[in-house]
Amino acid sequence: MARGRKTNVRGRRANVRGRRINVRGYLEVKDLWIDLKEFHLREIDLDVCDGEYFVILGPTGAGKTVLLETIAGLYQPHKGRILLDGDDITAVPPERRGIGFVYQDYMLFPHMDVARNIAFGLRKRGLDHKTVEERVNALSHLLGIGHLLHRSPRTLSGGEQQRAALARALVVEPRLLLLDEPLSALDPETREGLQRELARIHRELGTTTLHVTHDFEEAIALGERIAVLNNGHVVQVGSAEDIFRKPNSEFVARFVGVRNVFPGEVRPEDESHKVLRLAGVDVAVVTNLVGDAHGSIRPEDILISREPLRSSALNCFRGRIADVANRGSIVYVTVRVPPDFVCMITRRSLEEMALEAGQEVYVTFKASAVHVF
Amino acid sequence: MKELFADRLRASFVVLGLLLIVFVAWPLLRTVTASGPVVLWQTLLDEEVRDSILLTFQSSLIATAIAFVCGVPLAYLLARADFPGKWLIEGIIDVPIVVPHSAAGIALLMTFGRRTLFGRAFGLFGIKFVSAAPGIVIAMLFVSLSLLVDAAREGFEAVDPRLERVARTLGASPWRTFWRISFPLAWRSILSGIVLMWARGLSEFGAVVILAYHPMVAPVLLYERFLSFGLKYSRPVAALMILICLFTFALLRVTAGRKRGEA
Repeated sequence: MARGRKTNVRGRRANVRGRRINVRGYLEVKDLWIDLKEFHLREIDLDVCDGEYFVILGPTGAGKTVLLETIAGLYQPHKGRILLDGDDITAVPPERRGIGFVYQDYMLFPHMDVARNIAFGLRKRGLDHKTVEERVNALSHLLGIGHLLHRSPRTLSGGEQQRAALARALVVEPRLLLLDEPLSALDPETREGLQRELARIHRELGTTTLHVTHDFEEAIALGERIAVLNNGHVVQVGSAEDIFRKPNSEFVARFVGVRNVFPGEVRPEDESHKVLRLAGVDVAVVTNLVGDAHGSIRPEDILISREPLRSSALNCFRGRIADVANRGSIVYVTVRVPPDFVCMITRRSLEEMALEAGQEVYVTFKASAVHVF
Repeated sequence: MKELFADRLRASFVVLGLLLIVFVAWPLLRTVTASGPVVLWQTLLDEEVRDSILLTFQSSLIATAIAFVCGVPLAYLLARADFPGKWLIEGIIDVPIVVPHSAAGIALLMTFGRRTLFGRAFGLFGIKFVSAAPGIVIAMLFVSLSLLVDAAREGFEAVDPRLERVARTLGASPWRTFWRISFPLAWRSILSGIVLMWARGLSEFGAVVILAYHPMVAPVLLYERFLSFGLKYSRPVAALMILICLFTFALLRVTAGRKRGEA
């Protein structure tokens, strides 16, 4: 243990209700090797800045959970070091790391009500009853579960349970929050709501967060930076933009998929529909969201034509072919509107339409083909 | 009720199952009803009977307590840790179930008898096992500890280890995590192990009789009365013991059941 110092957050008092926790740790993982029965992580190097929302993206079985559990101190790495705020915590037991953990399936203590679950981490800290109650109340209100405090976890919906689990992890003001697929067990609608909630909580509290997921859109929506994990290795680290525009390996390209993802702003146009304002164009979309968001369109959902199409599809834009990428029987055609739309067509239609770079074409897609998140 | 006779398969299963129930319930009922309440009351006033029942209860309770203190930690280890030779430990714990209990008694006698190493060591502290209450306790302990350890182990196995991990990240030490999370969540199972083990200890005859014929536990007393005085005189003692066991068992089931409802 470095400098034999007890690593703890107790000394530094932060203020939940003051909207800002000043305990934002920065995490360094150096050349970490982990060997567990099915999982082998190799040469993991990560730097998570203080206050950052960092996402680790990887397929199921890539060892993401084990990595988080090791950072939390629940497993000893085979080799390598973990530093929090510059202190080597590799040998520090989990209870003295000040790292919060939220599992995919909540892991609320079934024999305690929500309030006692949230207060669990505060009990031992010599706080008086009133302070505990205040902190529990403050956080449960922040998370919108104030009315559920006396319910048994078993009677809550998945979304409510995950909020309670978040409150329990956050109430002790961790220097680092680890989220293990926190949205994966939820139904799509709840997931979207809680995803926004995670972003809002991160804005309000500023806790350094490390979130693992297999869902690319979740990673884009939340992560300031993303690390892609595969086969126990970190294969690429960068902004969402970097990852999906410039995948550095076959695996990343395949895993992320070729897709059109654009940041933009959703505005209500009239009663019936909304538009997503992108860099160059307004795209009609179907969504409940308003404000900053991302839109994604699958390449196979975009039609290419030489003339403007008259159809039920609301979106039709003129552009110029910037690139034609051959992938055997299918072809990816990049059309610069701007922005660049990647469209997937068969080799046969490419030949029949005699498309080539530089040509002027129209791209058409339905409002409902745009997934806004 | 409808579910029981939903089809022919179930109806025939009801008949088969009923045979077994009657086989158990009828002799018990016969024994209990054979002696009138007056005779039962008189039996209860018999000092020898009372002492032996009390001794049986106490000995079994002490045996269960010892198994609780050492067995619950063992059960936790078996549920949580993998180690070389684990299969051997698991086997050792379950052996008492398959060994004839009189053989267990002989084995204990050979280990804790007057002239053995353990016998002498404990003798220094004034504890002797042959023909003494401690002998009864270790006989009961030997033959029934598997029940408690196995039940506790199942209880701990049912607790998701990630609940413990979350508790650790929230600042709880391993001890605190055990007492606040693992133990309370496994408690139902442990409690049913306690009840089973205790009840099993009460009824032990084979191992006890070899180590300690005297002082007499209830099953030995019953056996002695049967041999010396015949069926008629042993009957009320049997009835009394069945009644007391039934009563305690029912009481514990009810308390355990209520705990379950609260949790």
